Amino acid sequence: MNVMKTDNITMQFGGLTAVKNFNLELNKGEIVALIGPNGAGKTTAFNMITGVYTPTKGRVLFNEKSIIEGKEAVKEKDITGLRPDQITGLGIARTFQNIRLFKDLSVLDNVLIANHLRVNSNVFEAIFKLPRYKREEKQMIEKSLNLLEKVGLAEHRDEKSNSLPYGQQRRLEIARALATDPSILLLDEPAAGMNPKETDDLTAFIKRIRDEFDLTVFMIEHHMQVVMGISNRIYVLDYGITIAQGNPYEIQNNQRVIEAYLGVDEDA
Amino acid sequence: MALEMFLQHLANGISLGSLYSLIAIGYTMVYGILRLINFAHGDIFMMAVYFAFFGVATFGMPWYVAFILAIALTGVLGMTVETLAYRPIREAPRISILISAIGASYLLENLAIVMFGGRPKTFPQIAMFTDMVQIGNIHIQLLTFMIPVVTVVLLIALMYLINKTKSGMAMRAVSKDIETARIMGIDVNRTISFTFGIGSLLAGVGGIMWGLKFPSILPLMGVMPGLKCFIAAVIGGIGNIQGAVIGGFILGVGEILLVAFLPELSGYRDAFAFILLIVILLFRPTGIMGEKISEKV
Amino acid sequence: MKRNTIFTIAAIIVLGIFVFVANTTFDSYILRILNLCAIYTVLGLSMNLINGFTGLFSLGHAGFMAVGAYATALLTMPIATKQMNFFLVPLISPLDKIVWPFLPALLLGGLLSAFVAFLIGAPVLRLKGDYLAIATLGFAEIIRVIFTNTQSITNGALGLKGIPGTTNLWWTFGIALFTIFIMVSLINSSYGRAFKAIREDEIAAESMGISLFKHKVLSFAIGAFFAGVGGGLLGNLIGAVDPLMFRFFLTFNVLLIIVLGGMGSITGTVISAFVVTIAQEFLRFLDEPMFPGVPALPGLRMVVFSALLMIVVLFFRHGLMGTREFSWDKLFGIFSKKPLAKGGTK
Repeated sequence: MNVMKTDNITMQFGGLTAVKNFNLELNKGEIVALIGPNGAGKTTAFNMITGVYTPTKGRVLFNEKSIIEGKEAVKEKDITGLRPDQITGLGIARTFQNIRLFKDLSVLDNVLIANHLRVNSNVFEAIFKLPRYKREEKQMIEKSLNLLEKVGLAEHRDEKSNSLPYGQQRRLEIARALATDPSILLLDEPAAGMNPKETDDLTAFIKRIRDEFDLTVFMIEHHMQVVMGISNRIYVLDYGITIAQGNPYEIQNNQRVIEAYLGVDEDA
Repeated sequence: MALEMFLQHLANGISLGSLYSLIAIGYTMVYGILRLINFAHGDIFMMAVYFAFFGVATFGMPWYVAFILAIALTGVLGMTVETLAYRPIREAPRISILISAIGASYLLENLAIVMFGGRPKTFPQIAMFTDMVQIGNIHIQLLTFMIPVVTVVLLIALMYLINKTKSGMAMRAVSKDIETARIMGIDVNRTISFTFGIGSLLAGVGGIMWGLKFPSILPLMGVMPGLKCFIAAVIGGIGNIQGAVIGGFILGVGEILLVAFLPELSGYRDAFAFILLIVILLFRPTGIMGEKISEKV
Repeated sequence: MKRNTIFTIAAIIVLGIFVFVANTTFDSYILRILNLCAIYTVLGLSMNLINGFTGLFSLGHAGFMAVGAYATALLTMPIATKQMNFFLVPLISPLDKIVWPFLPALLLGGLLSAFVAFLIGAPVLRLKGDYLAIATLGFAEIIRVIFTNTQSITNGALGLKGIPGTTNLWWTFGIALFTIFIMVSLINSSYGRAFKAIREDEIAAESMGISLFKHKVLSFAIGAFFAGVGGGLLGNLIGAVDPLMFRFFLTFNVLLIIVLGGMGSITGTVISAFVVTIAQEFLRFLDEPMFPGVPALPGLRMVVFSALLMIVVLFFRHGLMGTREFSWDKLFGIFSKKPLAKGGTK
């Protein structure tokens, strides 16, 4: 079942077309990868979907779930040009290529912050610790600690987030994104800078959270081990143009992809 | 309003606009190179006036000697401020740099109060400049014409410096990308010093002409003009020299004409600059000549 | 009851006793300084919320103080005093007829400031960094110019004299304490975390679902509220207000306090407010003749303070406390020095 699609989204910066006519389809529960040489426009595509950039042309469409008269209904919503916080509010969360943790804040605080958008209490209730807020705060902390346990970072909860080693920072960023209660998770190079063992762990980890949190995952990755290992489908970008899409087998044997990319196995 | 009155106001506006331009250039050059608002720039302008004043009044030098000395000293002062207040914290977070700039400004102002006393002094009135000239029915100071002329001459010289000399090229390179300029062998520190020096020299000339036109001088006389000239630079597009000039003239002429046509609003004369600033920041934050910069995510 | 809560209550009681004793025994000069310390605590905390915790470089604080000061003054001045002040142009109605007690006047002053902040914030908080700084500075100046020109509301350049001296140690310390509690509670709440997130990384904060605009305006308005209250306390302490009081210099003074204390620390601001205010008084002697035969150098005091600010910013960027806060646990940690394993604090 389709959860999101993009309709010919294009991004132009002045005279430069970074991404042209990108058509993405994400189906529930899939793990879809976006690969391509450096500078191909992958993060730009991400940014168009998450609201950081507004596409010059095209639309981003999200299938929003709601309850109408007790029954679950799905409605296609045009989310093109919405602000990032609005898009996250709809259930689309992301991580960043260059980790953007809240450096000076603690590990726990980083995750807690991502709960804020679901808080219903207003600022007065928060300041005067009224019952509804106290309840929400308690739930937030429980939920955040749970998430930290799941990624194995619970014991570091009070440490400054930038004091963690690199691999753990990446996991923290994922935990933080998960705290926003997403239905779609966008990961921007989650395996960057990891050694083979860490990459294996990450691959298993992504599968696990996909299952456990009922997610659809869309990720940019260069580690072919991860990409070929768990992706259901792959899109290939080169100079902003989609040069191929298909399952891992099809992509590995696609002549254009091989030419553009030469299938570099980063672990070699 | 009679045509002559209007022309007189216009002449004053252009004069004031020229002065604003000279000072605004200093702000824009420094911002272009360091992304820093040199809050102390207005106070450097103030120092120039005092330097000239003391040269003539206390040391009895002939005005041309005093003026040249004052301008030179102002250039040195500008470079000193850079070395002491900005260079040490170039890598610090923006807020620290801004605070340092404000601190430097306050230090200069209070030093001026201590050294020169808080009571207004009268800038020497030199006949050559302050003599009136009669055109038709209006009387205008010779100075009012000289100011734009001097400004234009300096501008031409500046544009030549920036576009046709090696130092100018170094300035342009550093303002685009400090690191790359450094790698390419440009002495970044010297270039930055040089930029401050030139900007301060221009402010010095502006200051002296200001003192001739508005002879009452005070230690805090640089505050309002400084702020307005920064606003002028923003309006024109911060970092862009032509923009600073355009902004300076818009502000100078606008201010004079506002008071001329709506004298009941003359109390709001200073607010005019700020209102213009807010309008520009809301509708075209990069200014008239500015370019859009987007941040890579 | 938790040990910490007991200590906090005990500390408040001690403070209350101190205020009682001070109010009845100290001489008026020292009382005035203490009042100023408390007022600057309120002002410092209000600015620290915006600049230190949310990371917005706002230089318009004096404008908010002015709104609060004038509002409180106009509401608390007796009718006869108002008539005497507004001899050029009469004060508009209904202000010329009403007189309010101190607390509601302060509250209204604060709310008015918050409202002004909301109006200003809507357009201005979309700007970043230096542009925000200059825009807020510009607005503060616009407010000041407006106050100088609206003879019928603010009495223009003449200002207001004879404001009732309703500010006393109970009010200032009480409100300062209240402000501290509000700030601590806010900062440690989900909203406070959202503010800090915006300070740390706006783009990440927005991507985590935090509406930048809404939260910046919120921080701005709350900060302005307390700035307005602080302004009201100040006006009713000094007894007179005029537009020249609210130039950028006032904002700078508060900025000095929060930078010296550490911009991300409530504790730092409180300590710094007291230290700086007392030191500024103490250093007044620098403005007087110091050595026989050497004439007075008025302004030397501020030279020293500017130099001090420069030194702090150049060498001690994080101020006194950085982002650290006081806590009873930490205080006892210093005394107990138990090894970590046995429950001592780090």
